[in-house]
Amino acid sequence: MSNEVIIKNAVKRYGDFTALSDVSLHIKEGEFFTLLGPSGCGKTTLLRMIAGFNSIEGGEFFFGDKIINNVPAHKRDIGMVFQNYAIFPHLTVEENVAYGLKARGVKKPEIEKRVKEALDLVQILPLAKRKPSELSGGQQQRVALARAFVIEPSVLLMDEPLSNLDAKLRVQMRSIIKKLQRRLGITTIYVTHDQEEALAISDRIAVMNQGKVMQIGTPTEIYAKPENPFVAGFIGVSNFLNCEVTSCTEESARVSIKGELDIDIPVRRNYTGKAQISARPEQLFFSQEGMPGKVLFSTFLGDFIEYEIQLDDGQELIINEYTKDTTSMHDIGEKVFIRFDVARISLYDEGGEVLSK
Amino acid sequence: MTRRKIKLDFWFFVKAIVLVTLCLFIIYPFYTILTKSVFSSKVDGITLYNFERFFSKKYYYRTLIRSMVICSSTMVFSCIIGVFIAYVMTRFNVPGKNLLHVLIILSLMSPPFIGAYSWILLLGRNGLLAKLFGTIGLTAPTIYGRDGIIFVFTLHLFPYVYLYTSGAMNSIDASLEEAAENLGMNKFRRIMTITLPVVLPSILAGCVMVFMTCLADFGTPMLLGEGYTVLPVLVYNEYMSESATDPFMASALSVIIVACSLVMLGIQKLIIDKKNYTMSTLRPPKETQLHGFKRFATVFPVYLIVFLALLPQIVVVCQSFVERSFSGIVQGINLNNYRAILSRLGQNIFNTYSFSLVAIVFIVIFGILISYVLVRKKGKAASVIDTLIMFPYVIPGSVLGIGLIVAFNRKPIILVGTAAIMIISYIVRKLPYTVRSGSAFLYQMDPSVEEASINLGVSPMKTFFTLTARMMLPGVMSGAVLSWITCINELSSSIMLYSGNTSTIAVAIYQEVVRMSDGTAAALATILSVTTVASMLIVFRLTKGKVKIV
Repeated sequence: MSNEVIIKNAVKRYGDFTALSDVSLHIKEGEFFTLLGPSGCGKTTLLRMIAGFNSIEGGEFFFGDKIINNVPAHKRDIGMVFQNYAIFPHLTVEENVAYGLKARGVKKPEIEKRVKEALDLVQILPLAKRKPSELSGGQQQRVALARAFVIEPSVLLMDEPLSNLDAKLRVQMRSIIKKLQRRLGITTIYVTHDQEEALAISDRIAVMNQGKVMQIGTPTEIYAKPENPFVAGFIGVSNFLNCEVTSCTEESARVSIKGELDIDIPVRRNYTGKAQISARPEQLFFSQEGMPGKVLFSTFLGDFIEYEIQLDDGQELIINEYTKDTTSMHDIGEKVFIRFDVARISLYDEGGEVLSK
Repeated sequence: MTRRKIKLDFWFFVKAIVLVTLCLFIIYPFYTILTKSVFSSKVDGITLYNFERFFSKKYYYRTLIRSMVICSSTMVFSCIIGVFIAYVMTRFNVPGKNLLHVLIILSLMSPPFIGAYSWILLLGRNGLLAKLFGTIGLTAPTIYGRDGIIFVFTLHLFPYVYLYTSGAMNSIDASLEEAAENLGMNKFRRIMTITLPVVLPSILAGCVMVFMTCLADFGTPMLLGEGYTVLPVLVYNEYMSESATDPFMASALSVIIVACSLVMLGIQKLIIDKKNYTMSTLRPPKETQLHGFKRFATVFPVYLIVFLALLPQIVVVCQSFVERSFSGIVQGINLNNYRAILSRLGQNIFNTYSFSLVAIVFIVIFGILISYVLVRKKGKAASVIDTLIMFPYVIPGSVLGIGLIVAFNRKPIILVGTAAIMIISYIVRKLPYTVRSGSAFLYQMDPSVEEASINLGVSPMKTFFTLTARMMLPGVMSGAVLSWITCINELSSSIMLYSGNTSTIAVAIYQEVVRMSDGTAAALATILSVTTVASMLIVFRLTKGKVKIV
């Protein structure tokens, strides 16, 4: 059986509130797939529907070619790592990890062997006899991880597993999880609200907002080519500028920004009218001519300098200038001109649909 | 799909059984009382005659006024004492703090009427202290009548306010008061603007508990009243007195008591539920170190009050070893009182423990299932069960007793005079303790623990029995032991329901006191006290000192 997960038109409602509307995903076998979005976007709801803890109001969920809508949670053969780990407090570390194997009727010597292997993989074998109350957060996290993958599930689900750890441990566990997933090749669905974590760990990401999938893509695609202003704003830092497409061909649009600057942006379709530009701080640069503005504030951050620029109409932009590309810093209050990296910035029509290539 | 059906069916089954049981033994008896209250032997058909009589005859309506006087005064005094002790105990370096806490809880859990009985031994006619006062030419304050009842009630019930308040005070994060200090508030204004408002809902909740317990209690005013008749005593008299038994009037009185409790509960819901603060306490409040006289002056009143609250226990235990002649003259210090009760009242002792034990088995099973339904299977049925479960808090024991009698003294179900009816009254009345502690425990237990088990391939049913119920057991057991303690000490419904061979220790104590047979009563009371203390120690063990009575 292939271990891909296919979700077709999933719907979830709580009374009048629609938590998920028409979500479709195709998660490939062995893929590390992340559901990313702000709190309340429906990502955990979707994960719990896959796990079988939330009822499915509409749509079809497949593991391979097997529909699982009506399979009860304990028969779905899914490993899950919970946000608070959900370690059984009255069982020791090894009893926790053995729990799922016992439920599957695995023979005792086999259980011992597999528990040992699993604990070894997450590097907590010496803690096997301890009670959960004697473990640190990071150690509990490893138990939860071992318990989830020791049953060799067809799919591994993780619900914000790192959110209770401190920053340093989070980065450390992140790479352990990623390496483990690679090594075991388990199809993994990971939920997080931390975009940096998502970019670092995922093969592909689905960015979600208000119960809808906003974009699906690899981390680089999502960062470099956000398909709508929400994704542009949620992933990384973006400057948004209102503009107007004055003329357009199938290939390129002439865009007027605040009537002060005209630029040509490569586009994928024909459009004229109101539009919006989103530009990352590194996609803006200083020039001898362009959009006039003045420096409000500057922060030296080592490899780059972050400038806050105020345009003549009062709007503020953030521009990053790499230290290696410059010899001196602009002064506060200094008059500057700004240009755009037209090949990289994103252009959206009035409805938020992407125009730029 | 089929699995899903079975799972639904099991909990449906549980809900159905629980609902039917509660309706049969709470709603149906109360319904019978309600219908009886609008009939009378003197008037034909449905009538408000009983209620008219109640509100027009001083003999009746003054009991309501008296009950209100007793309950409100006790509430005010308990509030003052309880809040004071809670504040001192949580904020100052009181020596022997943990022991004091345990002692206060013990004094609350002791049989309520033993306080009254013991104070009679001290300040009643022929009382120890009364005589002492007499020898130095003073008249001791009398323990009988209104003031005595309030005094005994206050000493017995202030722990409710203390427990609620100290719980809340301990959960105020230290940073809250520090923030107020940092913002320039002096100590007094800090207490008035931060501490008090935050703990006020808890204080009020404690006060309401005091009020309701007072209103329902029968033993204390019965022993101390001497003509100062309050409502529950009147109910008993109307129902039990040999001269003028009037079940219709007794029913009407029961309805009036329940109405009073409901009003109180309504007030509680109105003012308390709206203002409940949940706080995450990272750092418990700091303890101020007092020294020298200041420390003594602060600590002494606390010790004095706790001593007074425990005095009845001590007196009773001492008294139990004193043999007296019929006229009250001390014959010697020996175990004759115990010999007497073993030969004469062995059946009562056996009944008390066996009835309570049977009740507890049911209470634990029901407790686990009901708390699970309340917390994890929310819905219409669960909220109805939640309300019904709390009903016994509103219905005084004597009223439930009357209700059970009038409901089950005729076909199709005749239970009056059996052990079953006693056990049933224990189960329905004491179940709330266990359900409370069980559901409190479940609320703390993250549902993801169960989900993790299901996720790992254990069916929901099996998860419930092997994991959830197993983890709930300590939580439920501590509640169950509290239920057990209140069962063995139960008087107000037992006294209505007992028959010749189903009498209990509590009933016997009451009868012995009335017959002025102090020695045997003291021996019986000592047995109850010792059992209570031993059981409480188990609770402390189970909860690692963090017992929750309320």
